[in-house]
Amino acid sequence: METELSYFMGIDYPTLWFLVIGAVFAGYAILDGFDLGAGSIHLFLKKDQSRRIALNAIGPVWDGNEVWLVIAGGALFAGFPVAYASLFSAFYILFMLFLVLLIFRAIAIEFRSKEKMKWWRQFWDVSYFIASNSLSFLLGVIVGNLMIGLPLDERGNLVGSWLQLLNPYALLMGATILALFVMHGIIYLLLKTEGRLYAKLRILLRRAVILFLLAFAAASTYGLLNYPKLSDDLQNSVVFWLLPLLGIIAILSIPAWIKRRKFSVAFMASATGIALMLGVLAFELYPVLLYSTIDSANHINVYNAAASQKSLGIMLGFAALGTPLILGYTAFVFYTFRGKVQLDENSY
Amino acid sequence: MDVEILARIQFAFTVAFHYIYPPLSIGLGLLMVIFEGLFLYSKNSEYERLARFYTKIFGLTFGIGVATGIVMEFEFGTNWAVYSKYVGDVFGSALAAEGIFAFAMESGFLGLLLFGWNRVKPWVHFIATLMVLIGSMFSAVWIVVANSWQQTPTGYHIVGEGMNARAEITDFWAMVFNPSSVDRLLHVWNGSFLAGAFLVLSISAFYLIKGRHVEISKKAFKIALTVAATFSLLQAFSGHSSANVVATHQPAKLAALEGQYEDSDDAGIMIVGWVNQKEQKTVGIEIPSMLHFLTHKERGTEIIKGLNSFPEDQRPTAINAIFQFYHIMVGIGFTLIGLSLAAIFFWWRGKLFEQKWLLRIFVLSAILPQIANQFGWFAAEMGRQPWVVYGLLRTSDALSEAVTAEQVLFSLILFFVVYLFLFLLFVYLLNKKIQHGPEPPAQKEYSDTKRNIKGIIA
Repeated sequence: METELSYFMGIDYPTLWFLVIGAVFAGYAILDGFDLGAGSIHLFLKKDQSRRIALNAIGPVWDGNEVWLVIAGGALFAGFPVAYASLFSAFYILFMLFLVLLIFRAIAIEFRSKEKMKWWRQFWDVSYFIASNSLSFLLGVIVGNLMIGLPLDERGNLVGSWLQLLNPYALLMGATILALFVMHGIIYLLLKTEGRLYAKLRILLRRAVILFLLAFAAASTYGLLNYPKLSDDLQNSVVFWLLPLLGIIAILSIPAWIKRRKFSVAFMASATGIALMLGVLAFELYPVLLYSTIDSANHINVYNAAASQKSLGIMLGFAALGTPLILGYTAFVFYTFRGKVQLDENSY
Repeated sequence: MDVEILARIQFAFTVAFHYIYPPLSIGLGLLMVIFEGLFLYSKNSEYERLARFYTKIFGLTFGIGVATGIVMEFEFGTNWAVYSKYVGDVFGSALAAEGIFAFAMESGFLGLLLFGWNRVKPWVHFIATLMVLIGSMFSAVWIVVANSWQQTPTGYHIVGEGMNARAEITDFWAMVFNPSSVDRLLHVWNGSFLAGAFLVLSISAFYLIKGRHVEISKKAFKIALTVAATFSLLQAFSGHSSANVVATHQPAKLAALEGQYEDSDDAGIMIVGWVNQKEQKTVGIEIPSMLHFLTHKERGTEIIKGLNSFPEDQRPTAINAIFQFYHIMVGIGFTLIGLSLAAIFFWWRGKLFEQKWLLRIFVLSAILPQIANQFGWFAAEMGRQPWVVYGLLRTSDALSEAVTAEQVLFSLILFFVVYLFLFLLFVYLLNKKIQHGPEPPAQKEYSDTKRNIKGIIA
């Protein structure tokens, strides 16, 4: 069934919506990325006071950050229902684990400091640590599978066991995203802390950057050697050289910024790194959303998965109205809680 | 068990558990806005103490509400892929609006509400509280619109055939203002205000009986009582109006709610009863002719259809359950009115806080709106069966094709264990907060000094 496409400024609606979803996912990765990253090093902070400061550094903002995921999911459901249905049922087990981990992270943050018993706090600290690490890792596994494609049949259903989603490339991408978020989270904490905690974080940051570079190199090498889909891109388009290169430059510049105590710039650099990595994914996919490794006729792309032009038009209007609002109050909250963390009686 | 039953149980379980919390957030949000507003207006710091105390409880409910809410958004895709494709064009825009306008608003301002007490001026904090309330009420708008569209679809057309058929939006506002959405939204809001008001009543009554925090508990009790009386009365009208929409648009559901098998030109309603599904008979205490009266139908000439007038594959099956859920909800609704009015009567006579027996009932009353909210949804959703979108898409056709029974069983058990744990924690921490009570008035002095060590020990 051919539908007449609508355009805005020369770009068709499905493509515009693809950009919107891409931007929201990037927003989620940058914002919740630092929450997850901060959680991933939680057990490396030994003192209760340090842990509380780290928790309260993300305290007023993590919930708002998580909402970006809700919006991203809703935007995918609304704009590309076919892709949403196919993706979510294909990743059934992984998404269910993701949900439970997300719940554990949320309640660990909320409940940890509500009791003084040592075992109570230790239990939530461990839960928080495991959940944060696993969530980042799972996000990377999903990104990895999107990069190389899935065996989808003509109805968009996954063929074979879900265990194939845990292939080496996806696992390496899991490690890459995890390291990326850890680095990002530590930089955020550096913005928010002082004294001995700060010194400790700087050591951790150095390790995280090295870990990221190693994981990224391993994932890229494995991907390029084993998936012609990925190595062909490198020959066909300069974009696949340019984006990762810029990303690596941004991330390599971080230690220099930290040394000069320009934490905000360092934070911007790691945010740019995250955005560029997702840019690679977007370029790899578009116009396909879900790449079928069985048959190119089974690809789910922005056109065959899209909602009606009318519906997309309505939602693009929503996005245009909503974006300034969301950015406005996000900025207000971040501004209100700017500077180093101060614990008070309302803190976690 | 097959995938359909497991997927239905999982969705019902996760959404029912989730629905303990959002109504509390909306209801407590309203009370907090009132407390803070009164504080700004009167400068009486007792209202601020109330606002701060209920903010702590609000934080507890809101956190679990958000954490358990994302689950449903995922489940549409994971468990109900065919449904997602079918309704995506219509349902999706409501869900997207919810995320963009409502969730972002409430979660954005939540940080200020919970942690901003010493950071921003009281009026800025009041605005933040108000925005969280508006945001959470706005969330209810979109989710009720989406669900109401499943009950009474309008503003769409069907494109494609067979397994590729899907609904496409033709008129956004007709979809938003479908026949049942406004009535059901008001019903949901009212139910939420009641959930919040009766929790405050319950906590305040508990303190009054124990003789703790007496003065501010009296204030809180009177404010919450006013809210409870107002909205329990409004809820009766809202419920009546909502039932009339069912009578017009979902006659098979109406027959199930009343357990009526045969057509009738003079139908009554049951106060209490039991549906014998084998013999297709309902016995109980009946008010004759009442259903005709309530649905504005003429006795003797106009027929209200019974279940047997609908083909068996187009009517719900669990009639007795639907009947009981519905009747318990209505019964609780009238109980709440009775309780509120009784308390108002003693308030008017100036003897409210001497009625220990009444206060004891109020301590337990917090559970009632919760049960009514849950059972109302059970009746609404079970009464819609066998359809997931009324008259258009069957629940049994809406499942994900790629997901197996084992996978669903795994996730169902996982959710069951995690939610049980979560619920026990919630009850434990809620009880702890209540036992701890509002901070003493002295708190104000050191809360102004940000670095005070005492403040660190929360």
